[in-house]
Amino acid sequence: MQTSQWQLLEHLIRRAGFGATPEERNSFEELTYRQAVASLLNFGPTSRDIDARIGTPGYLGFTSRNGFTPNTVIADARQRWIFRMVHSPAPLREKMALLWHHHFATAYSKLAGSFGAVEGTRLMAAKPSEDTAGVRGQIELFREQGLGKFSDLLVEVARDPAMIVWLDGNTNIKSRPQENFGRELMELFTFGIGNYTEEDVYAAARVFTGWNLTLLGTRNTPSARYAFNYRSAQHDTAAKTFTFPIYSSGSKVIPARAATTGMQDGLDLIAALAVHPETARRLSRRLWTWFVSEVSPPDEAWVEKIAGVYLSSGTDMRQVLREVLLSAQFRDPAHYFQRYAWPVEFVVRSLKEVGHVGFSANDALTPMLNMGQSLFEPPDVNGWALGPQWFSTGGMLARMNFVSALATNQRFELRNAARPFRQTPQAVIEWAMRKTTMPEVPAHVYNALVDYTRAGGNWTGSETQLLNKAAGVVHLLTGSGEYQFI
Amino acid sequence: MKFTRRQFVKGGVTAFTVSCVAPAFLSDIARAQGASRRNLVVLYLSGGNDSLSTLIPYGDSFYYSRRPGIAVPAANVLQVGTDLSGKVLGLHPRLTGLKQIFDQGDLALMQRMGYPNQSRSHFHGTDIWSTANPANSSGTGWLGRYLDALPDPVDPLVGWSTVREVPHSLKGREVSVPAIPSVTGYAFLSPNSGVEATYSRTTMATIASHVPVDRPHVAFVNGTSQAAMATLDRVASVGTYTGTVAYANNGLAQALKAVAGAIAKGIGTKVFWVQLGGFDTHSNQRVTDANAGYANLMGTVGDSLLSFYNDMRNQGLHDDTLVLQFSEFGRRISENGSQGTDHGSAGTMMALGGGVRGGLYGTAPNLDPNNVDGSLENSGNDVSYETDFRSVYARVLDGWLGADSIAILGGNFKAGAPNIV
Repeated sequence: MQTSQWQLLEHLIRRAGFGATPEERNSFEELTYRQAVASLLNFGPTSRDIDARIGTPGYLGFTSRNGFTPNTVIADARQRWIFRMVHSPAPLREKMALLWHHHFATAYSKLAGSFGAVEGTRLMAAKPSEDTAGVRGQIELFREQGLGKFSDLLVEVARDPAMIVWLDGNTNIKSRPQENFGRELMELFTFGIGNYTEEDVYAAARVFTGWNLTLLGTRNTPSARYAFNYRSAQHDTAAKTFTFPIYSSGSKVIPARAATTGMQDGLDLIAALAVHPETARRLSRRLWTWFVSEVSPPDEAWVEKIAGVYLSSGTDMRQVLREVLLSAQFRDPAHYFQRYAWPVEFVVRSLKEVGHVGFSANDALTPMLNMGQSLFEPPDVNGWALGPQWFSTGGMLARMNFVSALATNQRFELRNAARPFRQTPQAVIEWAMRKTTMPEVPAHVYNALVDYTRAGGNWTGSETQLLNKAAGVVHLLTGSGEYQFI
Repeated sequence: MKFTRRQFVKGGVTAFTVSCVAPAFLSDIARAQGASRRNLVVLYLSGGNDSLSTLIPYGDSFYYSRRPGIAVPAANVLQVGTDLSGKVLGLHPRLTGLKQIFDQGDLALMQRMGYPNQSRSHFHGTDIWSTANPANSSGTGWLGRYLDALPDPVDPLVGWSTVREVPHSLKGREVSVPAIPSVTGYAFLSPNSGVEATYSRTTMATIASHVPVDRPHVAFVNGTSQAAMATLDRVASVGTYTGTVAYANNGLAQALKAVAGAIAKGIGTKVFWVQLGGFDTHSNQRVTDANAGYANLMGTVGDSLLSFYNDMRNQGLHDDTLVLQFSEFGRRISENGSQGTDHGSAGTMMALGGGVRGGLYGTAPNLDPNNVDGSLENSGNDVSYETDFRSVYARVLDGWLGADSIAILGGNFKAGAPNIV
């Protein structure tokens, strides 16, 4: 396959971001590849806050329900996150937050069921600077620390009030250890099945006894918030023995500790799991499927190399991601468009490529539900079923119908943009393919599109014809199988 | 050209095959597969139905002493007779529809269904009922595994979820069930109208028919699109269904109407999922509120099921149709401080249809808090299970769907199954 620098850059921005608007592509394509990778990676914690632009003309719109309150109403939180994905100058921040949301899959509905809709939204999505009591929702944790050290992220996740409710940490007491978090920490968050025994699960449950919540402030007032609270009286102080090393000495035993210092048990276990070689490999394989390919199986040499960087850097995800994005495998044109687009990736990419002027993020929410992905609502702690499993007939129709609604909404913009190419159907099709960063399509597909432009009468390029067919071609391209890959 | 989804999912790229067998009517496949026209309609009452208010042990004095604000007076229940333990039982007064079906002998009421160490979590409990696996409730659903076990090729409309999401029970590894909450929503939209919309649909179908053998992943997605385009008209045909009875204008009744339409039109679906929420009644069970809260839920369930039952019977289809109802748990025996009940343990399941052996199954609990006969747990606060719910699944799989319950449920749960079909 003949590829060029701009195809590589578009590949990078689809994978490490959510695609690019034509304007963004123009500015991006002046960079060398290394510069582009660096610009994606090196966003600071205070990179321009794009939230300030919500409601500004020219940006993706939102729908107000008695106001727009994304820190306390989950539908508004969803609108805000989609807005950030479309407009953020630091798209990799949002991408990593999304990937960690899948990896540490926590669902709003259980939190809302326990504490009500407002608290549920705060625990998932509140932005500390906007919350009345400074609550940091789980997604904000992922946005803040998504490219920090994985070992630190694990600790924060273990202390995260949303996670504590989600995996029942608040019922984990020494007289009745609750295994949920301890099990998933090993099975899903770190080294995975095959590396621990049921006895390890029991021991891990005891390690986290007492990791609980407390309500600070006065109940039912804006100052109230749930916060992490280590309850020493509920901690099992006896020693815990594992089948794998906990300490660099090789010791597999977390020693008996006084209740007051017993929280160190959990920190010791997390630290051990974070740097376990199998955790490094499992994360590397996940990075392969998230960033490199879901079609080609992980290249084991690549997995070892990335795992090595993970361990030698002290689990620094920014260094790991740099290695991933600069790797020959990531840049290999054979791997372009080998990642099944998640519904949210498909939606955001189409908004960026097709256009969003006058479109409300809210109008993506129900379609996304129909496509099988509602943000803040993964189906279970395992996250979403990725890859081919996104694609049911109903889900595929939902994708086609979303881009139909979008193309309908953008039909005048599309007509105007297509006007310079009105001479021939082929020119309009080429324009639409460039606009949507489509890979080359087979002749069969291309000819079907040409036939479509001519259906109902010969091509004249009239305003009416262009109005119908520009939107029609964009819909057909973005609803095609090819466009479901990034 | 037909692309086989399951081989792709099963074996990945290497197992990818293209078959040129394009069945004209996929419902033919379904018939061939089951050699029967039997359907299963699963009704999930979400939130944890208060079984003691559905099937009421109105002869138990503790029912009244422990539920002073929410107990249904004995004079109001719809009496359905005496169970094996000699306890008199009655349906909720708003379940007149179910009473009619019971009197026809087509409603089975199965008491005290559950499993050991029952979860009182909605989330975990639902997962357990969905997977039929209390030990590991994160895997595939029991009906998903049933569909996975059907012989190739599997019709994309073999299952139908009438709610927006595909429930965990219907999640398989290979077969993907569509969520079709609205027949009109399962349609192909176009940015243009009239004849231009037709051109779009034709072109999309042409594009989807492309099978790039060098890119099986794209072929796979195209295969899904193709299946969608191929099933549009069959689903749309259900939209014209009027039925032989009137269905109320609520979600459950309309969902059952769509199910009836799909069955009547013979579009090939074998497993349907319908659902009614609102059963997490920590409040709103006050018995004097005869037209609110829990009473309305009962009215909706009873009336909707009666419409469906009559519609099926009028068309001679009720012998092929089995409705199976469950909920993730029953509720606490004693009422709480807000005229409701908190999360409890065992509950009642129902099976309904022309092929069902109607009647009362299992034994009602003795609600004496001292747990005099072992029918209670949790210090006399909750009803203890008597029959494992998986035995009902086994009976439905083996006796109704002609499947192998041992393989699908991962064990032999046939023992003690209520003899409902």
